[in-house]
Amino acid sequence: MIEVRDVTHGFAERDVIRSVSVTLTEPRVGIIGANGSGKSTFARLFNGLVIPRDGEVLVDGLSTRTDAAAVRRTVGFVFTDPDAQIVMPTVAEDVAFGLRRRRLGAEDTRRRVFAALSAVGLEIFADHPAHLLSGGQKQLLALCSVLVTEPRVLVCDEPTTLLDLRNTRRVLEILRGLPQQVVLVTHDLDSVADYDRVLVFDEGALVADGPPAAAVGHYRALIG
Amino acid sequence: MNTFVPGRSWLHLLPASAKLAGLTAAMVAVLLVDSPAGIAAAGGVTVLLYVSAGLAYALPAQVRPLRWLVVGLVALQALTAGWTAAVTVTGRLVVAVVLAGLITLTTRVVDLLDVFERVLRPLRRVGVDSERVALVLALAIRAVPVVAGLAVEVRDAQRARGPRGSVRAYAVPLVVRTLRHADALGEALVARGLDDPPPVRGR
Repeated sequence: MIEVRDVTHGFAERDVIRSVSVTLTEPRVGIIGANGSGKSTFARLFNGLVIPRDGEVLVDGLSTRTDAAAVRRTVGFVFTDPDAQIVMPTVAEDVAFGLRRRRLGAEDTRRRVFAALSAVGLEIFADHPAHLLSGGQKQLLALCSVLVTEPRVLVCDEPTTLLDLRNTRRVLEILRGLPQQVVLVTHDLDSVADYDRVLVFDEGALVADGPPAAAVGHYRALIG
Repeated sequence: MNTFVPGRSWLHLLPASAKLAGLTAAMVAVLLVDSPAGIAAAGGVTVLLYVSAGLAYALPAQVRPLRWLVVGLVALQALTAGWTAAVTVTGRLVVAVVLAGLITLTTRVVDLLDVFERVLRPLRRVGVDSERVALVLALAIRAVPVVAGLAVEVRDAQRARGPRGSVRAYAVPLVVRTLRHADALGEALVARGLDDPPPVRGR
């Protein structure tokens, strides 16, 4: 469960999140809004990448301000650009990187890495140089590298923006089948059509919150 | 840039620590060679090592990037110290680089990092974070293809806007994009818990 309590946050003189309070318990939550509406900053609050100037964010009762490390182990984050998330030279090594601090044995690590790669269909690329993957495969690798750590919540900030239609469908299909709570920030309104709840942001404010049809309708009316 | 090539050869199976120790010893031995005949012998042994690892096909790719350096170095050494020194000094460099390449072709980066981390661990007492040093090495290796990719994109964008280019018009966007990438990478590392203490119990 993610609780956002009266959060306001800004850079310099400008507030990008203004007095937002919301509790997210649904398995699938979408966040939509125009560029610069504050939705990505809002998503970054959930795993402590952004600590709010005012207010508080709690994940399963843990504060992002005081329990940041525990929160990050609970909340995985997938960014838009997969190239900026891949740390190691080969596919399997990058997935294994997330497990380094767990001090698992080599066999346990290998087993977990292979299982995670198999779940996204990348097992045949295990020893492949990561930089030679296609854009879609790189995003799947980024997703896999987060999922291998078994977070309870997965936040994805526009993970399909740089992908073609086939890879977009593949990523969304994987997200749909995950047991984790998924929070998806997106411009692709169709991708949240079957979600449990959709939040709409405009100029830092939460202006609509409800079932996808109503929230998307509000957003369409907002942008004219 | 070398990346690991999977295999079952004796070099693949050898522990990373043994390979690094062997490489260090080989480097010292190569530095002590002071004749063209000795360099030829060292080169022969290096070729045999590649063959025994099933990586003979990868040898030309190790030497090719050095070709202009070799030409320049041989010319400079021949002019200043004679042909014997030119062959010996250049040969040492080529053998050393190709031997180091063999290590990266037969060893996973994570295994190399584990060795670096173990070797640097005693330095923790004087404040050196061995895990972080190992990570910096991994990021440096990973940065090569990323920055090369950015350079190609900037060059293509420059060409698309016209045939005439300038060093400044090429360097500024490349530096800006590289810094942006570094920023995004830093954020991703934080999100993956790089700065966090290890959990008390593994899940």
